[in-house]
Amino acid sequence: MRYLPQTPDDRAAMLSAIGVGNIDELFRDVPAAVLNAPIDSLPDHQGEMAVERHFQGFARENLSPASAPCFIGAGAYHHHVPATVDHLIQRSEFLTSYTPYQPEISQGTLQYLFEFQTQVALLTGMDVANASMYDGATATSEAVLMAHRITKRKKSVISGRLHPHYRETTETLLRFTPYDLEIRDPVIGGQGGLAEAIDKDTACVVVQNPDVFGEFKDLTGLAEACHAQGALLIVAVTEVVSLGLVTSPGEMGADIVTAEGQSLGVPLSFGGPHVGLFACRQKYVRQMPGRLAGETLDADGKRGYVLTLNAREQHIRREKATSNICTNAGLCALAFCIHVTLLGEAGMTGLAEVNHRTASLLAERLTALADVKLLTEHFFNEFALDIGRPAAPVVEALAALGILGGVPASRLFPGEPSLENVLILAATETVSEADIDRLVSALQEISA
Amino acid sequence: MNIERTTISGARGLDRDEPLSFEQDAPGRTGVDLPAAPDAPDRLGSLRRQGGIGLPGLAEPQVVRHFVRLSRMNYAIDYGLYPLGSCTMKHNPRLNERLARLPGIGDVHPMQPQSTTQGVLRLMSELAHWLTELTGMATVAMTPGAGAQGEMCGMMAIRAAHEARGEPRKRVLVPESAHGTNPATAAICGYEVDSIPATADGRVDMAAFEAKLGPDVAGLMLTNPNTCGLFERDIIRIAELIHGVGGYFYCDGANFNAIVGKVRPGDLGIDAMHINLHKTFSTPHGGGGPGSGPVVFSEALALYAPLPKVVQRDGRYELIEQEDGPRVGRMKGFHGQFGMFVRALAYMQSHGRDGLKQVAEDAVLNANYVMEKLKDLLPPAYPGPCMHEVLVSDRGLDGTGVETMDLAKALIDEGYHPMTVYFPLIVHGAMLIEPTETETRETLDSFIRVMRGLVEQARAGEETEYFKAAPVMTPRRRLDETLAARKPVLRWVPEAPVAEAAE
Amino acid sequence: MSDRKYTKDHEWIDVSGGEATIGISDYAQDQLGDVVYVDLPDVGQQVEKGAEAAVIESVKAASEVYAPATGEVTARNDALDDNPALVNESAEADGWFYRMKLSNMSDLDGLMDAEAYAAFVEALD
Repeated sequence: MRYLPQTPDDRAAMLSAIGVGNIDELFRDVPAAVLNAPIDSLPDHQGEMAVERHFQGFARENLSPASAPCFIGAGAYHHHVPATVDHLIQRSEFLTSYTPYQPEISQGTLQYLFEFQTQVALLTGMDVANASMYDGATATSEAVLMAHRITKRKKSVISGRLHPHYRETTETLLRFTPYDLEIRDPVIGGQGGLAEAIDKDTACVVVQNPDVFGEFKDLTGLAEACHAQGALLIVAVTEVVSLGLVTSPGEMGADIVTAEGQSLGVPLSFGGPHVGLFACRQKYVRQMPGRLAGETLDADGKRGYVLTLNAREQHIRREKATSNICTNAGLCALAFCIHVTLLGEAGMTGLAEVNHRTASLLAERLTALADVKLLTEHFFNEFALDIGRPAAPVVEALAALGILGGVPASRLFPGEPSLENVLILAATETVSEADIDRLVSALQEISA
Repeated sequence: MNIERTTISGARGLDRDEPLSFEQDAPGRTGVDLPAAPDAPDRLGSLRRQGGIGLPGLAEPQVVRHFVRLSRMNYAIDYGLYPLGSCTMKHNPRLNERLARLPGIGDVHPMQPQSTTQGVLRLMSELAHWLTELTGMATVAMTPGAGAQGEMCGMMAIRAAHEARGEPRKRVLVPESAHGTNPATAAICGYEVDSIPATADGRVDMAAFEAKLGPDVAGLMLTNPNTCGLFERDIIRIAELIHGVGGYFYCDGANFNAIVGKVRPGDLGIDAMHINLHKTFSTPHGGGGPGSGPVVFSEALALYAPLPKVVQRDGRYELIEQEDGPRVGRMKGFHGQFGMFVRALAYMQSHGRDGLKQVAEDAVLNANYVMEKLKDLLPPAYPGPCMHEVLVSDRGLDGTGVETMDLAKALIDEGYHPMTVYFPLIVHGAMLIEPTETETRETLDSFIRVMRGLVEQARAGEETEYFKAAPVMTPRRRLDETLAARKPVLRWVPEAPVAEAAE
Repeated sequence: MSDRKYTKDHEWIDVSGGEATIGISDYAQDQLGDVVYVDLPDVGQQVEKGAEAAVIESVKAASEVYAPATGEVTARNDALDDNPALVNESAEADGWFYRMKLSNMSDLDGLMDAEAYAAFVEALD
């Protein structure tokens, strides 16, 4: 078998060197009744070609952005990943290396993590960032826990326009803690009354910006309202490319920023693995979960990098750790780092501009259709429309025409009849004017 | 003739230092060419960023060089043996990378209408089948993002089960030798952690365990084979005892590589077990992630497994995202680490059930061979055959002045990544060696020769200064972790402009 | 010589009036290795005898420091925030942790004096 180098001769020689007759003697601590249980329903080994054929079978049964214009966002975005990114992350020394616990032979990993942390801090407008978490949703839930640790207060206020996956993940993480979540309704537009809900018992307020419907707001006033009561403002960002164009959450007064970094360098991959970004103010750094790469000197006085502030983490604090997290997003963080390095200042702002204008064009063309109303006034590359009829069947009909035409809000908020006619659409740099024409014609056809 | 040379550039042949990307900025340089932005109205106005971001500009050739140079400072499985106990650093098959990138697999959006994603849903369903069959369990929750999240999922299911019965419980029993994620997870689930000591032969002290049982015990978190690399002989009795008080049995599946295809955790009485796809099932470690930690559940806990899950109905696959009921809530965004599912399923299909059984046997064989060949110099911490990893203490270095850390650093100069050190905490100067099944006898013999040589040199006492200074041949010598923790510098900052001297 | 008392957890405590100053012993700092951070209680915080009052971090470990008596924290050693190395350099003087107002003087019964502590430490090794 191509991955198992030991030959029968090797095995015989090694068993002899150990002084046993057969391999099961080494399994003698296993109760006899459960050793070598037959596993009849699984097939035996196969060569590469057979496995590849099997997987091509899976691939054929899906429509994907490779062959269909994609207008879907809702927390994950179809962007062009430069060829360089995928090539570099497949270098053996990145792909098959481990967590950098032996820093002398892991400076490659540690240095790119240091660069990654810098990139995240700059994009979010914050002081420090960690070396990544599983995704934006878990990063947000960890931020809420962190706010409770810092303020020692009992309650968090969660915007109703936070992505439902982020909200649900937070509910799960906090379920068996003594903390309460006050979750607002998902009203599009309007103020949501968040500032009024803050009091001396509030640890934090969590908002998404742009929100799940795509609306982008100035949060400076909300930040001030939080700080006046000693609460923290947590801002979640699902489309990290937006940070190339909009005022950063840090500038608006956020205390913790969490984000999904998938848009830069990481394939959609049916929802995972993605990369959670986590940044905060300097004064909270010791309460931050996750790994951290820090600068130091070696025995020769040369600059180098190590994992640091380990005492916060599970392998040391055990039950008193800031989180139980062990892995980070590793290779996905590297992909993000490489993509951002390729973009640079000019590329990042340019990419954001293309996204914004493409989405703006899409909105213009769609709102020209009968019965279609734009519900989000200020958006980045994603917006919500009221299309005058239930959105879910329209999305199915578009799929049958080979178009991935957005997400019906009813899929994100199944219990909300007021959102039944709402369609959420995104347009990135991958959307051409021809794609937009095709979507518009298809919608006209469906409505006829 | 031994020639010393200090180069002008600072490079040493193929080895060189590499500055930060931030130190290589040329404003206006970029590594991408973007399409033109269409002519359409600006919807953001005053909400636009006013200042710059501060990102450096590099063109593609510079970016490639930068990361290639960084990569050359890393050790990797593709380079050499990585005997990290408890991490299972086996070969990462390249086929899996090709398959994960297939159009129609790697680029499917998670929120597409399900009629357009039948293939990926079928893939998830097949992986779920392999996982439940290999483990002999009733169902599997695929969504946890890594092992630690899998633990949280399993423990939350246990807590949900007791709450549904109106029987909230307070304590979770965890062996002293457990990995730190175990007590950290139990604490997040609101439990008190009660530690169980080990016996002289490295297993759960049954008397102490029984004494701690009671109606307020929610469950036990046990790794099997345990963190000392040993199979818990009393495991079936342990399961009976925990069930006897109405508790549940959580198994940390980090060491599944020792028994995959040979023993089914379901047959041992386990109620929940997370599986590290990045350990047993070869998905790449990627410098620290991403992982994937699906959790298999017994019938008793199946009701509480979180969504989303894939079901088959009338010949179609469906992803169930919402359901009322007692399940543990959503663990993370979307549907799980799908990219790792692709790789793990490819690995399983390549090996088949016969190959997977061989994996466990060769993993255990390799570890016992290493144990046998080192035992006179580095006695194992516990007697008897080990499983897929061997645990030695630092007794073999007694009186030499050389400690486990120093031995590990010397091993680096010899061209190896060290074994796991100082874990588990219950063994002094612990060294946990896990060769895995993808190593040849020749590689093991070379490693054994080097380990023996180093221990002998330590005992001879003539190289102590070297051991304390090791490694000396790596891109960086030992790094000052105290400085890094006392004065944390966690990002690059632009240098302040030089103040003009007032004159 | 002062009436400094020591606990079995290697803390020292100086009492003056109803107020106590607390730190860790020189033996303790030596055992811990390089101290990188000390998480001190806040002024005004209530601490309870035997409960965690502070956490001291080295690179590879974090250790709880328990309150030797019950009372209210009246001062914390801010110098440790920027210079945790003070604990290693001067554990029994400049590296003090916090001061507190004692609720019950009797909490100090049974603590060791300097001589008894020295003997206690001897016996450990």
